[in-house]
Amino acid sequence: MKNKKSLMTGAEVIIKCLEAQGVDILFGLPGGSVIPIFDALVESKMKLVLVRHEQGATHMADGYARATGKTGVVVVTSGPGATNTVTGIMTAMMDSVPMVLLTGQTITPMLGKDAFQEADTFGITMPIVKHSYLVKDTNELPRIISEAFHIANSGRPGPVLIDLPKNVSAGLFTGKSLKQKMDIPGYKAVPKPGTRDIKKMAKMFKGAKKPLLLVGQGAVISQADKEVRAFAEKLQSPVVNTLLGKGAFPETHPLSLGMVGMHGTAYANKALINCDLICSIGSRWDDRINSNNDEFCIGAKKLHIDIDSAEINKVVKPDAIVIGDAKSALQELIKYVNTLNTEEWLKEIEYYKKEFPLKIDMDKGLNPPYIIDTLYQLTRGKAIVVTDVGQHQMWAAQFYKSDHIRNWLSSGGAGTMGYGFPAAVGAQFGRPKDTVVAIVGDGGFQMTAFELATVAIHKLPVKIIIMDNKFLGMVRQWQELFFDNRLSGVDLEGNPDFVKLAESYGIKGYHFNKISDTKKVLTAALKHNGPCLIHAEIIKEGNVFPMVPAGKSAYHMIIEPPKTRLEKPTGST
Amino acid sequence: MNPKKNDAKRNIHTISMLVANKPGVLVRIAHVFARRGYNIDSLVVSPAYNPRYSRMTTTAQGDPETLEQIIKQVNKLVDVIHAAEHTGEDSVHIELALVKVKFTATTKSIFSKLAKKFHARVIDETADTLIIEQAGTTEKLDEMEALMKKYSVVEMVRTGKIVMARGVSET
Ligand SMILES: Cc1ncc(C[n+]2csc(CCOP(=O)(O)OP(=O)(O)O)c2C)c(N)n1
Repeated sequence: MKNKKSLMTGAEVIIKCLEAQGVDILFGLPGGSVIPIFDALVESKMKLVLVRHEQGATHMADGYARATGKTGVVVVTSGPGATNTVTGIMTAMMDSVPMVLLTGQTITPMLGKDAFQEADTFGITMPIVKHSYLVKDTNELPRIISEAFHIANSGRPGPVLIDLPKNVSAGLFTGKSLKQKMDIPGYKAVPKPGTRDIKKMAKMFKGAKKPLLLVGQGAVISQADKEVRAFAEKLQSPVVNTLLGKGAFPETHPLSLGMVGMHGTAYANKALINCDLICSIGSRWDDRINSNNDEFCIGAKKLHIDIDSAEINKVVKPDAIVIGDAKSALQELIKYVNTLNTEEWLKEIEYYKKEFPLKIDMDKGLNPPYIIDTLYQLTRGKAIVVTDVGQHQMWAAQFYKSDHIRNWLSSGGAGTMGYGFPAAVGAQFGRPKDTVVAIVGDGGFQMTAFELATVAIHKLPVKIIIMDNKFLGMVRQWQELFFDNRLSGVDLEGNPDFVKLAESYGIKGYHFNKISDTKKVLTAALKHNGPCLIHAEIIKEGNVFPMVPAGKSAYHMIIEPPKTRLEKPTGST
Repeated sequence: MNPKKNDAKRNIHTISMLVANKPGVLVRIAHVFARRGYNIDSLVVSPAYNPRYSRMTTTAQGDPETLEQIIKQVNKLVDVIHAAEHTGEDSVHIELALVKVKFTATTKSIFSKLAKKFHARVIDETADTLIIEQAGTTEKLDEMEALMKKYSVVEMVRTGKIVMARGVSET
């Protein structure tokens, strides 16, 4: 008996192991099956952020992870608590974000018996996790937790879920030590780029007259910003970035063309169709960039650097590959390449930049490009910008230039509405001293707006800019351009008074609807010491251009608003 | 007959996987196939030589490009030690079938002769039925099946294919 008293419970073991992993913050919401864990948390120095909905917890953990590079941690209860995390898990999986989720589960003897709040969380989440566990034995917890953190944040990162039956977390740990060896023989360690591959790829650059580097999330994750820059400068090659690659190469650099793809800059897309060599550094040739593979960079040599060998040949059939993380690959590759003669090419690109610049149309009234540009000026490009999904996201990507990794957070692969605001909260927890601005649409914001409570409680100085066009804007744009403007299910009639909504949580609210008030309001909001919400009533029917219709190649880019009706897009979304 | 050629014609692929012997592994692998619309034709799972692991052998039909992606995605699973496609040239392929036939005075000897021809044997006999066990390549199993079907087959159970790499390399 005496002996038993000195034994730790599974929950205590979990807390100790999380602390040993360096976790300092958890996002979650309790329930019956995780009460033992929340109980053990009372004794811990780790901060618990109580959310209002479990989806919020996942996006906060995600924002925290993207902004810091550390693994975000989520704790929720079984059944509905766990299923509420599904969207956030899938969002993290699509964008390779390191996350560990602890989900409560019914006691092991009740598994599969439709116990109260039992859901097959392990099964439901299987296709959207990097790996997962259903723990059956308290004594295995230390090993499983070390494996989970190792898997989540190595190689190509991703979410790892640990399903914890209550009798496992409440049970006693009789193991010898909390330091248990990992046992994952099937987990391939990070591949080291092969020298032969490096040399073969380096050779490809020889003689290229119109090279183009494409940087993506992989370059951000491996913190290859310095390497990308050195590489581009040595080659004298222009650089385009994906939505998630923003910051991997400074967008203010003369060699940068900004974002490429569906709503990328016209000059980036022009470079894409005219290059004679394209080298992807940690991008997966996603369909926002390459939505018609038959017409993708026709005639150009295609080089692919990726840590995940399953990405090779998945979309593009490359002429040379290097499997490894972007940083080590570039450190090697740079040794074998020489400066290219790109003077003509850079001139051509200068021409595209001059001829097809991003435009801010001031004639119709208050518009997001102007607001975002003003924000960019006021913050001198140094804010951490977190977006939701829709038109505002694309405008933010175009007009808020990123010069540093981990300062741009956006749901890319999943395109999850409701991501932006909670992700900004997570980013602010991870980077308390930095200015964090959430740029969201009136639609997406309302999907997770209840986390205003979380912001208020923790007095997080997050600035939320709601671009309120009273529409599900991006969908309305598609209906206008491709469906004869037959609007269906896009009118957001019934929006709340956003300022009052903020105030009801004790959060400062600002409202403006005139171009001339933009600077004043943004300045005040940025100065405000604490959280605040800025309700920008923008013109209702602005459209994002340039635009490459889904399913078409960049050759079909629309730069200016079209005068005639366009064909219905054939691409997925 | 060269099994490789035959399978290639029908776009049938044989994949061998060495996996951790843990709950859920099979579902994870099945997800990788199902998500890409690939049908699994046969699947054999049993403990591997090293009891920590299981051996899974599956045959599936579909285009080689999707298959390449599937094998890579399966290899990426944490619980999978390795996965690879095998052809008739680099490995031996074998399958087992049990065929139950109903016989009459005249057909009994025909069944026995057929069994003999295919190196199969009768492992059970009742007043009017036989169970014949046949081991061999999928093609040989198909052949015998086709011939027996001309008479009275009650039912048939096949194990699905297992493979082993030839030479010193491990499967
Ligand atoms: C959860 C979810 N549901 C639906 C969509 C489809 N969708 C993409 S953009 C968009 C409109 C977003 O509207 P809003 O948040 O107001 O932003 P805006 O486009 O007007 O800037 C919708 C509905 C999505 N991406 N995510």
